[in-house]
Amino acid sequence: MEFFQPATWSEALAMKAAHPEAMPIVGGTDVMVELNLDHRRPEAIIDLTRISELTQWGTDDGLLRIGAGVTYSQLINELGDRLPGLAIASRTVGSPQIRNRGTVGGNLGTASPAGDAHPPLLASDSQVELASTSGVRRLAVGEFFTGPKRNAMRKDELIAAFLVEPARGPQQFSKVGTRNAMVIAVCSFALAIDLERRRVGSGIGSAGPTPLRAIEAEEFIQGELDWENRARPSDATLRRFGELVAAAAKPIDDVRGTATYRRHALAVMARRCLEWAWAAA
Amino acid sequence: MGLGRGVKVSCTVNGHKQVADGVWEGESLLYVLRERFGLYGSKNACEQGECGSCSVYLDGTLVCACLVLGGQANGRSVVTIEGLEGAKVQQAYVEAGAVQCGFCTPGLVVATHDLLHRVPHPSEAQIREALAGNVCRCTGYAKIIDAVNLAAGRL
Ligand SMILES: Cc1cc2nc3c(=O)[nH]c(=O)nc-3n(C[C@H](O)[C@H](O)[C@H](O)COP(=O)(O)OP(=O)(O)OC[C@H]3O[C@@H](n4cnc5c(N)ncnc54)[C@H](O)[C@@H]3O)c2cc1C
Ligand code: FES
Ligand code: FES
Repeated sequence: MEFFQPATWSEALAMKAAHPEAMPIVGGTDVMVELNLDHRRPEAIIDLTRISELTQWGTDDGLLRIGAGVTYSQLINELGDRLPGLAIASRTVGSPQIRNRGTVGGNLGTASPAGDAHPPLLASDSQVELASTSGVRRLAVGEFFTGPKRNAMRKDELIAAFLVEPARGPQQFSKVGTRNAMVIAVCSFALAIDLERRRVGSGIGSAGPTPLRAIEAEEFIQGELDWENRARPSDATLRRFGELVAAAAKPIDDVRGTATYRRHALAVMARRCLEWAWAAA
Repeated sequence: MGLGRGVKVSCTVNGHKQVADGVWEGESLLYVLRERFGLYGSKNACEQGECGSCSVYLDGTLVCACLVLGGQANGRSVVTIEGLEGAKVQQAYVEAGAVQCGFCTPGLVVATHDLLHRVPHPSEAQIREALAGNVCRCTGYAKIIDAVNLAAGRL
């Protein structure tokens, strides 16, 4: 095994181009588990924690551009007001020790359908910025996930950042697990309401081969919500929204739960998230 | 940085410069601390971030040492239970009866130290949240919460 520790981003990209098999590491909260338990022996490891740009965030043409190495703790403390949905999801990740190290870049790199950052990123139409020595490209996060633990990153690429619009209305996130902390989601749901454009975004986690959007549910509720007076939607409307979210999921039975339970829980979470978020609108 | 020759890990541990040569590229900071620097206070139980018994400070941030790659600690500052100014927290754990077999205690003392420096007077919910990543198989946690409250009153 080789160990690379680039000091700059351009050095990192050059190393990745020269060693496409090399595995990047940032927080190590996924990578180290695989190394410690002998599940993986990469030919080489590239440590990206020396690259200061990766841990920074700023604005880019009205969007927040957040470095791939920004930790969950940083997101909660520094961006909770602008990205409330992602901050709620971040608070449910692991423990303080995990949130202090784990990053959204690493969550995207692993691309688990259960990754907690993914539903809020989907709900707010985020983009992933990929970079290589041959250039930079930005992908809608929905196109980034290609299968269970698979993503659209080429072997010569690294994740530089993700881009997301600051919230233009209430956002919510909900997750089902056996405990309040330290759990991989049985299933999860994120909602982002854009009061200016009168749009609703959604994200479903851990109930399909990739994180998913519930497009029909979004279209339905956009048409139903009382954008003028912000009146509470009827129980029937809330229920229908929940059913459409559940119908958009593609869950399986696995050790954490059954497909039937996941659909049921998603309908409940979707209804509640909408109710909570709309009450705050 | 060569093929299979191992890496050199050079960092400050508890205020002292420490160097290890020939560290396997995939080796965790926990392994380096215990097996190369002889600091056995940080415990090795799960090696997957689940139990918190390996909790240390890395550049002032609470982390699981088993999830830090040895090479990532290069040039950084590590504080382990051996170097922590945690006597008051430790004493509170003893007095509250929060130590039984003691295996989880070093990690819990470091995590409690971190909590009380961020939140000097935490609520029970804040304590449970902050210690959610530290597993204890003996006490049932009630006395651990007593210990944190006791320490909070004294710091
Ligand atoms: C105890 C424990 C609890 C956990 N709880 C949760 C939870 O509740 N919710 C959840 O979603 N996850 C959880 N996780 C998983 C993990 O913490 C997250 O997936 C985290 O976001 C990974 O980030 P990282 O920086 O640690 O990634 P790393 O482990 O450093 O990397 C993860 C993957 O991404 C790749 N990668 C990382 N950064 C880049 C980059 N910039 N460019 C290209 N590739 C990159 C790596 O090569 C690797 O394949 C938990 C893990 C542990 C150990
Ligand atoms: S040994 Fe590191 S968390 Fe369990
Ligand atoms: S005292 Fe035995 S594990 Fe906590």
